[in-house]
Amino acid sequence: MSFFSADNLSINFGGIKAVDGVSFDVEQGEVFTIIGPNGAGKTTIFNLVSRIYEPSGGKLAFAGRDITNVPPHLIAALGIARTFQNIELFEHATLLQNLLLARHAHKRSDFFSELLFLPYVRRLEMEHREAVEKAIDFLDLQQYRDSLIVNLPYGVRKVTELARALCTDPKLLLLDEPSSGLNVEETEDMAFWIQDIKNLLGITVLMVEHDMSLVSAVSDRVMALNYGRPIATGTPAEVQAHPEVVRAYLGG
Amino acid sequence: MRFPFKTSYNQDIRIFRDKVDAFWYGLLAVAVLVLPLLLDDYSVGEISWVFIYGICGVSLMVLVGYTGLVSLGHAAFLGIGAYAHAYFIMHGAPWIVAVVLAVVITTACGLIVGLPALRMTGIYLAIATLAFSVIIQEVFSRWESVTHGFAGMKVDVPVIFGFAFDDGRSFYFLCLFFLVIVLWLTRNLLRAPTGRAWVAIRDSEIAAQSMGVNLAIYKSMAFAYSAAVMGLAGALFAHKIGYLAPDIFTILLSIQFLLLVIVGGLGSLHGAVFGAIFVALLPPLIAILRDGIPDSMNQLAANTGLRVIGMLGTAIGEFLKKPGVEAGIFGLILVLVILLEPLGMYGRWLKIKLFFSTFPMYKASTFKRQKTYMRSERLR
Repeated sequence: MSFFSADNLSINFGGIKAVDGVSFDVEQGEVFTIIGPNGAGKTTIFNLVSRIYEPSGGKLAFAGRDITNVPPHLIAALGIARTFQNIELFEHATLLQNLLLARHAHKRSDFFSELLFLPYVRRLEMEHREAVEKAIDFLDLQQYRDSLIVNLPYGVRKVTELARALCTDPKLLLLDEPSSGLNVEETEDMAFWIQDIKNLLGITVLMVEHDMSLVSAVSDRVMALNYGRPIATGTPAEVQAHPEVVRAYLGG
Repeated sequence: MRFPFKTSYNQDIRIFRDKVDAFWYGLLAVAVLVLPLLLDDYSVGEISWVFIYGICGVSLMVLVGYTGLVSLGHAAFLGIGAYAHAYFIMHGAPWIVAVVLAVVITTACGLIVGLPALRMTGIYLAIATLAFSVIIQEVFSRWESVTHGFAGMKVDVPVIFGFAFDDGRSFYFLCLFFLVIVLWLTRNLLRAPTGRAWVAIRDSEIAAQSMGVNLAIYKSMAFAYSAAVMGLAGALFAHKIGYLAPDIFTILLSIQFLLLVIVGGLGSLHGAVFGAIFVALLPPLIAILRDGIPDSMNQLAANTGLRVIGMLGTAIGEFLKKPGVEAGIFGLILVLVILLEPLGMYGRWLKIKLFFSTFPMYKASTFKRQKTYMRSERLR
């Protein structure tokens, strides 16, 4: 039984088979990347894994548990966190509040004790804050702590999303195009962070990415997707050289 | 500019940022406690309205400003609270029990109205709540065995543990007490996971969900809490107004509440209080100007011999006496606030504060980038 597996996963939007019988396994501790041309169904797979879409067929299993029918708000508590392709931060809140919200899956206080802010609620808040500070230190976000997200530059927002995902204490991290919109330097930083997340924090990473330099730098295995179907799986070099993949990208 | 040096996480959690903050709030507390001793009965009564509207403002702020759900039907919750409270008092329930029952009933109504909110957002939710408020208003006028319909319902002065709050001053303190309690409770929620979940729903539902927020539960909770606070405001409102009739709780009142939170500044509890000051004190201000402007300008005309000033003054006075002018002024101010200051009076307050704390280095462009709209304002 692998750490995370998708078995024959499918979803239709009307007559369009956005994801059509995709199966893959992710082993614990690896970085698994999904690549493919625009509209290949990469983000759709992410939305299926984080349970925002209802699959029309297939099974999802995580850490020995079938998660095909787990509601989306319980996914975080299981240890799956994600980032979004078009940043979905809470714009009119500070960076700190954004990260603290990521601790929601670990919330242990109830409504009425929060209403009175009982001492144990304060203690829990401090514990959450400590967890959040670890992520802030890890990703060097100290100086932005109290800034509103709307006032932060794009690159910092991208890192903030990564930090927010880390704050949920995930075992599996889904990164949806972590380098989109970043310049070369920022993309290099991102590569280092993804390696650190894998090596230092021991978090398994499932990633969708277009930037092949980043993909080759961090991925252990790559799956190429076209029209909702997997066309090749293997090491980054193998997949890049695969004739089907070349045809998918270049046509012909 | 003052930067508090942070040495503990608690500094970001506690209500007052530092001793300086606590000092100013303490001064404010002293001021509102001393105020009724200095002012005449009429002014004390008007300031009690500020407190009641403040509670209403907190209620709508939680829903619109923090959770991003727009309601055009909050007058209905106020009415339910007011009628329920008056009904239980009339049937001999002790004051505290009547208030608790009124709050419980409005909370239940809030939960029921919140159910469609799980499926609707933006303008559709606004229309749904509007429909609810129309229905409730109809219930108020038809359910005569409870509400006495258009004949109206008299509300006695509050008597709590044998003490009668029968004059304006004691009632002022009662309203103040409840406003402070409501502010404190709401602030507690907002600095705890529940408040953060509400803000998360406002800014991005999909991300909130992926971080473990159960949208259905937290949206219903926002509606229920908002309704509960409104129910409490309703109980005080009933005493303040003294005589309940169905045509008090109209859509216009709901719009006034919405105006309150937008003019005050969406997304801050300060905004709820600022907005309450504005909404509660503008009508008496117009009333004062109605007589004051013609009188003083006529006086000026008599002194200077320029008859045109006197004529202008009389014309302004005549204009202010026309029906609908008050609503017109409210509307005009709402439009101007949305155009010029999306963050409302609280936003303006922050700028003034920054001006003095950075004087003479203040730059108007400091706030340039913050002129953004929240999703609840954009009505997805």
